[in-house]
Amino acid sequence: MKRIGVFICHCGINIKGTVEVERLTEELAQYPGVAYIENYIFMCSEPGQKLIKDTIIEHKLDGVVVAACSPTLHETTFQDALEEMNINRHQLEVANIREQCSWVHDDIEEGTRKSSLIIKTALEKLKLNDSLTPISAPLTKRVLIIGGGIAGIQAALDIADGGYEVILVEKEPSIGGHMIQLSETFPTLDCSQCIMTPKMVAINKHKNIKLYANSEVESIEGFVGNFKVSIKRKPQYVDPDKCTICDDCTPVCPVVVPSEYDEGMSWRKAIYIPFPQSIPATFTIDTENCLGFNPIACTKCSDACEPDAIDYDKKPEYFEEEIGAVIVATGFDLYPVENMAEYGYGKYPDVLDGLQFERILSATGPTGGEMHRPSDGKVPKEIVFIQCSGSRDPERHLPYCSRICCMYTIKHAKLYKHKVHDGQPYIFYIDIRSGGKRYEEFVQQAVSEDGIVYFRGKVARIYKEADKMIVHGIDTLTSKKIEIKADMVVLAMAIVPNVSAAKVINNLKLNTDENGFLIEAHPKLRPVESLQSGFYLAGTAQGPKDIPDTVSQASAAAAKVLALLSNDEISHSPIVAIVNEELCSGCGICVSTCPYGARELDEIKKIATVNDVLCEGCGACITACPSSAAQQKNLTDEQIVNMIKIYSYL
Amino acid sequence: MKEYKPKIVCFLCKWCTSAGADLAGTSRLKYPASILPIRVMCSSRIDPMFVVKAFLNGADGVFIGGCHPGDCHYHEGNYHTRRRFAMLTKVFDTLGLESKRLKLSWISASEGTKFAKVSNEYTEKIKSYGENPSKWNVFL
Repeated sequence: MKRIGVFICHCGINIKGTVEVERLTEELAQYPGVAYIENYIFMCSEPGQKLIKDTIIEHKLDGVVVAACSPTLHETTFQDALEEMNINRHQLEVANIREQCSWVHDDIEEGTRKSSLIIKTALEKLKLNDSLTPISAPLTKRVLIIGGGIAGIQAALDIADGGYEVILVEKEPSIGGHMIQLSETFPTLDCSQCIMTPKMVAINKHKNIKLYANSEVESIEGFVGNFKVSIKRKPQYVDPDKCTICDDCTPVCPVVVPSEYDEGMSWRKAIYIPFPQSIPATFTIDTENCLGFNPIACTKCSDACEPDAIDYDKKPEYFEEEIGAVIVATGFDLYPVENMAEYGYGKYPDVLDGLQFERILSATGPTGGEMHRPSDGKVPKEIVFIQCSGSRDPERHLPYCSRICCMYTIKHAKLYKHKVHDGQPYIFYIDIRSGGKRYEEFVQQAVSEDGIVYFRGKVARIYKEADKMIVHGIDTLTSKKIEIKADMVVLAMAIVPNVSAAKVINNLKLNTDENGFLIEAHPKLRPVESLQSGFYLAGTAQGPKDIPDTVSQASAAAAKVLALLSNDEISHSPIVAIVNEELCSGCGICVSTCPYGARELDEIKKIATVNDVLCEGCGACITACPSSAAQQKNLTDEQIVNMIKIYSYL
Repeated sequence: MKEYKPKIVCFLCKWCTSAGADLAGTSRLKYPASILPIRVMCSSRIDPMFVVKAFLNGADGVFIGGCHPGDCHYHEGNYHTRRRFAMLTKVFDTLGLESKRLKLSWISASEGTKFAKVSNEYTEKIKSYGENPSKWNVFL
């Protein structure tokens, strides 16, 4: 029988507050198999770990149960401690008596009794644990990055500079994301395009980066270090090698479509280049609007194209790439104005969202950077900005703070004032959140120098009267009703996860929170990793954040990936399925149950086999096996039944 | 009279429901100590025999928690669980065990509140049924 040491953590008072650790220690000392038992204030601390290590030698332990917090936090800490003492890491079990016991119960008697039961189940499981060695598998030193906004671009450049190959997939015809649409960025008022385009060009030129623009990730199979990704490249109908970007095609194209780049405030043709600095710099034909797919209807661009680069018969192309890790940087969308009845459902042309206003401010925008309102081109003299449009409104819209709206609204007001000196900006706000470096100074400067009038409160209604937008609100500091006859209104719409990326994220089985943002492995200590091994997160796909935070997170994800790729092999968990050859009848049920193709029939032996490297250890095949020939290593039927007995006996 | 405290064996999948239970703890939500957790990798690892054994050994209720349909960490494990659970309730009725004491729920890693809510409601329900009458009375 194993000699097991039990170590009960007080976790300060987090556990000790609800669990009588001394009584527990006395009681469990009598339990069969317990060779030594001790409690200590912080088992995860250096002295706590030393206590475990010293006791292993002193009491010749060959297994350890640590009763403490959730195994997601410190299982590896204690496993490493065991390994230092030459004990296999699978001879450790963590009894979760904090998250699933002391924190959720108030009654000390109950908490102590339940802790005792949880520790006993851990003991029963440990008694039958085998010593296992990790399965090593080859590691593909290439990385997939989904999304070519600033997050994807930064991560791609960092990894490529580190010497590894990057596959960058962007669904739009050009990389750049939302950042390339912005005018100037807070708090320094750097021109967004000026700081972004060098990075975009660097992506195009980098020998380690392979860019798939106008492409989508169809599926990713495999496991960390050994993924296979299927990429679909939508047809562009223009051969980038032949196209000279002469722009003879767009003047002859008869179809006009609202421009995505200008947020619907200008027009583009059905054959177009998204914006002048597009990377890759190639024309694309928009499948939905081009008439050329019916050769009788139109072939104007093809006729005008001297190098003969246009081919209407192009089909989607499919590619398969082998990769070792994935960074998900799928970015954001704005919460649609159409959802907001109080602000007119988006039917007023002079009620804009933040991105549309960015385009009006931008020198490359629909007005060439001059301040004109969309409806009649008039210069707006009074302009109202409404913060928290959709954010911080759990009853009707979204519960969370979108983090960037306070800052960009101030920037908007400031830039507006720079363009219309006699104009008056008003801002409705709930709170001003200016937590970043030099942000508060930026706010104070804007308030004192640019004459921005702030109202603390929400706008109840906006409607049109003659050529004015009437804004009805309340100033909650003075309790006075406010009515402004504005020329234009800008809504700081909430940030939501990118709508078109939801399908990809769902296919990849990545965990998302109730708002659709990706969940990190630990909110504080593992902020750029997904719980799914081999997947990393960057940018607003994980939660609303500004450009500096996005770039930091992208570089952090890149650093994590570089650390992973610096290994020569990847180790795969040995908690996999095994087959008892004598019991297996070769029926093949496990083969059809396995979602990973890890189960195969051995045609000669007529039994089922397990491919250790492909097996993810879910255990579905074990339950499906009609002859109990399949078992899961270190989580056998016998172990689970012994745990059940602890809980169910009187 | 001493208050009746049921014993509820809970099988929680590692990726969703156990993480949801951890979140309930981190958020300091409260639920009864009748909830006794066993963490498995996936809800599809739960052999219907485990559930029967729990009942025969004296559990008053068995709770199975997995990822929401479509969200299984292992792609389709919870679909196996869903079918097995449907079959298991029929087997329970056939064996003379009370299938109303079984509970299957989908709780994600972000649903700590749901875990606490389900735990509270389910414990109340089992309390209203009283002790498991089939304990020691059925032999397989």
